Amino acid sequence: MKKFITAIFTVSVIALSAPSAYSADDVVMSNSGGVPSLRGLVEISDVNQSEALKKVPREQHLMDRNYVQQPPLIPHSIRGYQVNLNANKCLSCHSFKNAGAMGATKVSVTHFITREGTTLSDVSPRRYFCLQCHVTQADAKPLVDNTFTPVDSLR
Amino acid sequence: MLKLLKRLWVIMKSPSTASFGFILVIGFLGGIIFWGGFNTGMEATNTEAFCSGCHAPIVKEIRETIHYSNRSGVRAICSDCHVPHNWTDKIVRKVQASKELVAFAMGTIDTDEKFKARRAHLANREWQRMKENNSQECRNCHQFEYMDFSEQGKRSVSQHSTALASGDKTCVDCHKGIAHQLPDMKDIEGW
Repeated sequence: MKKFITAIFTVSVIALSAPSAYSADDVVMSNSGGVPSLRGLVEISDVNQSEALKKVPREQHLMDRNYVQQPPLIPHSIRGYQVNLNANKCLSCHSFKNAGAMGATKVSVTHFITREGTTLSDVSPRRYFCLQCHVTQADAKPLVDNTFTPVDSLR
Repeated sequence: MLKLLKRLWVIMKSPSTASFGFILVIGFLGGIIFWGGFNTGMEATNTEAFCSGCHAPIVKEIRETIHYSNRSGVRAICSDCHVPHNWTDKIVRKVQASKELVAFAMGTIDTDEKFKARRAHLANREWQRMKENNSQECRNCHQFEYMDFSEQGKRSVSQHSTALASGDKTCVDCHKGIAHQLPDMKDIEGW
């Protein structure tokens, strides 16, 4: 009897442990689902080569807009520019007060309008953080093909 | 009193038992130890570690700026900008700094809130100091005579070749907050 119980126990242990004996490779064949992303067909678990950081030119030509409501792009380096509660480096040249002396583009009066539609005497808080809309540009090639063409008036 | 002085003079002018050479060597060594020690102490109070002892959060602010991390790896530390390099000016500034020890003992800026409240005052004082010495600490490295306008950006040239060249403005008039966060810039010229 004792021998029989031992035999059953041994068989059941082997039977239960058998299914978990497959290798990890069989299951994790592909964790990307075989779908290539913009970074190429790289497994999520792999560390892939990152792109080199794009360098923002210190100065570049004024860039045309691609659509009429596009916020104009920043054609110069803005490294170290502080835009916070205490100071706004952008406005030290582009504000109505300073633009003339600095030979800079004035911020548009639309920036003086609050969300209730009231026009203030200076930049409205909701338009204060310039870099929310205006950004610098680096020479970065599009990751995917793009067939967008500007409207006639901008071409 | 006069008697005492006379006696002192006699002692001073009478030949000593110590040899002239011995006195010379003692004086020479004493001079090295005193002067060397003084200078070492002075240098020790010019290190970033020393400044960080009290001003740690402010010292950290430089890390985001070009005076800490840049393409060529040359960097400035606190004393490069905040302590004059010229010996006499340096001593004057170091003596003034003894007042800062009192502020430290009283805990004038020992919390974040206290520091923020006082930041504009402190920044203005430093800007004023640099305005008065024509931004000497900037010029210790950035000398106007050797600026190549063809290598500068258009915006830089238009300022440097006019207001800076004529002496109308000095570096710190425009270059504020180049190594620190700015205080409230309301009512500051040019902001």
